[in-house]
Amino acid sequence: MNRRDLLTCVLADKSRPGASMGPEFYTNAVLRTHENKPVRFYDDLIKGKLSLINFIYTGCMKSCPRSTGNLAKAQKLLGDRVGRDVFMYSITLKPEEDDPTTLRDYARGHGAGPGWLFLTGDEYDLTTIRFKLARWDHPMLDFDLDQHTGMVRIINDTLNQWTMCPTHATPKQIVDAVSWVEPTKPFAVRLRENYVAQAGIDRETKEAKARGAWRA
Amino acid sequence: MSTPTGRKKKDVKPEPGEGLTRRTALKLGAAAGAVTVLTSRKGFSLPMLYDSVPPEPTVCSPQPAHSPGTTPFVQALPIPPIARPRKFSPVPTQSANIAAGEAPRADHQRWSEFLPQDLYEFTLTPALHTFHPDMAPTYVWTYNGIYPGPTIIGQYGIPSLVRFHNNLPVDHTGFGSNTHTTHLHNGHTASESDGFAGDFWGPGFFKDHHYPNIYAGYDTFPGGGDPREAMRTFWYHDHRHSFTATNNYRGLNGMFLLYDNVDTGFETGGDHNALHLPGQYGLYDIPLNFTDKKFCADGQMFATAPDAVPAGDKFIVNGAIQPFFQVARRKYRFRMLNSGPARIWTFTMSDGRPFTLIATDGNLLEHPVNVPSLELHVSSRYDVVLDFSGNQIGDSVYLMNIASQFVNNAPEPLPDPNVDVTKAVMRFDVVSNAQDQSVVPDTLIQYPDLNLNEVVTTRIWNFDLIGGQFKVNGLIFDPDRADATVKQGTAETWIIRNKLPASGWTHPVHIHLEEGRILSRNGAPPPSEESGRRDVYPIRPGEEVHIFLRFREWFGKYMIHCHNLGHEDNFMLVRWDVGTQTSLVTSPVDSLGNPNPLAQPNPNPPVLSDLFTRKGALA
Repeated sequence: MNRRDLLTCVLADKSRPGASMGPEFYTNAVLRTHENKPVRFYDDLIKGKLSLINFIYTGCMKSCPRSTGNLAKAQKLLGDRVGRDVFMYSITLKPEEDDPTTLRDYARGHGAGPGWLFLTGDEYDLTTIRFKLARWDHPMLDFDLDQHTGMVRIINDTLNQWTMCPTHATPKQIVDAVSWVEPTKPFAVRLRENYVAQAGIDRETKEAKARGAWRA
Repeated sequence: MSTPTGRKKKDVKPEPGEGLTRRTALKLGAAAGAVTVLTSRKGFSLPMLYDSVPPEPTVCSPQPAHSPGTTPFVQALPIPPIARPRKFSPVPTQSANIAAGEAPRADHQRWSEFLPQDLYEFTLTPALHTFHPDMAPTYVWTYNGIYPGPTIIGQYGIPSLVRFHNNLPVDHTGFGSNTHTTHLHNGHTASESDGFAGDFWGPGFFKDHHYPNIYAGYDTFPGGGDPREAMRTFWYHDHRHSFTATNNYRGLNGMFLLYDNVDTGFETGGDHNALHLPGQYGLYDIPLNFTDKKFCADGQMFATAPDAVPAGDKFIVNGAIQPFFQVARRKYRFRMLNSGPARIWTFTMSDGRPFTLIATDGNLLEHPVNVPSLELHVSSRYDVVLDFSGNQIGDSVYLMNIASQFVNNAPEPLPDPNVDVTKAVMRFDVVSNAQDQSVVPDTLIQYPDLNLNEVVTTRIWNFDLIGGQFKVNGLIFDPDRADATVKQGTAETWIIRNKLPASGWTHPVHIHLEEGRILSRNGAPPPSEESGRRDVYPIRPGEEVHIFLRFREWFGKYMIHCHNLGHEDNFMLVRWDVGTQTSLVTSPVDSLGNPNPLAQPNPNPPVLSDLFTRKGALA
């Protein structure tokens, strides 16, 4: 299959968000999901979406199980948003070992819910995507696959905003990081949030005062 | 009801649901004269004032291989204007004024004791900035419309307060975050005004930071604190968790200086303590804020996702690419700051003259040191004196960066065949004679005793990369989790290790709140330029540095972190708290309360009965 002949003609693509870096950055490489469906990386997975992307391999015994477990908890916290306005992708670092069936078993084993795809594909494409999304700019690290299992990249393509979070952070931290690339909420909503946050801070200050750990 | 920024309604009409519009806020900022513009002196930069805030530009993508060529040494070094205190409403309050639009924070500690006298109002706003006359103005983010931000000049003993208004675009796309927090590096400041990385807040709101401007150790030194504890050269900058590199690269930083009766800022007068170093801000006391950036072919500053900041190929000083600075035949004090994002500068002078180093990280050395070169790490400051009295009018001397990182792109022909313009950061042109009453004495200050008997415990911080994640003592940074608690009024020894011997990364580790003294570097005494008080400790691969620290006056959460801005954005931070007890183990549990196998038991844990007998423990 001509993997890259599906590169979208940018000018013809009217549906692409204005701020997006588009397939010319992300590539439109064809990957295969754990449900054995072909998907185009930019058009089907990134375009106009808010996505969490991390790299794993099913044989990874060091950091991956905890990473995947944490992401599964984050998925539960995000609830029905996953698959609707938040999308999760775990891309294999070892496509030669991880075919769709292996990934399907891995996904089931970790309790991954709908809206979370496990992806494999051509090694060249996956390496290209990995360097686009998670480059250390450090040769020792960039060719050490185990150094690419630790961060989840979070991209809001509509705003072209990026951030990342270590996969060993708490599920709450991962969900917080998702909010960092979301559109700014209306002022009135954020003002209400400020009142709630202030009440929490005031409780902590009161406790600190009682301990003698705050001085007026 | 007052508006989100607390201004009178007749002045501002906030749009429903969105607080201040960018347009009205800027008009107000301009009308209110939030920035003092010193137009009388050549070289002072003028803020560009706009009828409206510039829109976010379309920035080239992908990253260009190199910036466009620019002719070096054709523009004068800009000097950031001095911020002017002013009154504003609503008046600052000890508790956060949520109803008026203040962001949440803990009540100011010791507010009535250090009631602010100087009030400043800073607005974070987009603006256009010209980095070089060969390039069109480019979109930047600023404090009060200028890059670098206005310089705050304060005085020990006069508490101040800065109200930060966040007027960054609500509809921001791309690089950086429109949420923000400002750290005064390295103010002896209460936690709620320290700009903790997790306490960021968004457009339309403001927040008051209280800077009491007291010497560290104020409570234990009778008569208003010990001037030997003075820090003098500070900088303020965005510290937003995970977006510090991008927000700083966009332009959110500036300088903050404190004078006292020792370092008065003047070359004559004062009491018998006055040093009379080269003085007067903007005349002979010159800030040099070094950074590097990359530019698109059209002159726009390259700033686009992917989120990491680019390695810049333009040397920038106070917002100007490769400027010149006209000097008289006399001594100057230069306050050199590396504002990041990642470059380590190694400075030399083109004629081989040494730098007379008088202060490290804003703290005067006990004795000046002449050094042939200076390695300036991100966020570190060096105050140096250069004497041009031995030069002739017409001479030029260059400040060179001899580090081999990233080559600058400069056009042919080279302006001076003897100078490698790819390494020349700026040029000093000797143009006149001038009186010089300044002196640089052999003894600048005498430090307080470094009494190791005060140490109640030793703590280890292992900076590491494990499985592609930056971890300190095996844990990921969580703003909600303190990995250690120190007891207010005690001293500790902290051991910082760079656990990546093969990485090539030097971690410039920064500790908030207090300055420290390096006890040893890899077991050896520190070199003379590291003998002074510091707040940034460069830890090279495989190195171990021991530091003596006291924790005084304030309670609450602080940080120790790598100040390579990309590393700190990748969570290479730790929260530690000042409280009423000394924690026995560092990083004992993770955020879920599980035991941390890489926790560091304190090598000499405090014995509880000892805490009550050791000197200083109950201060």
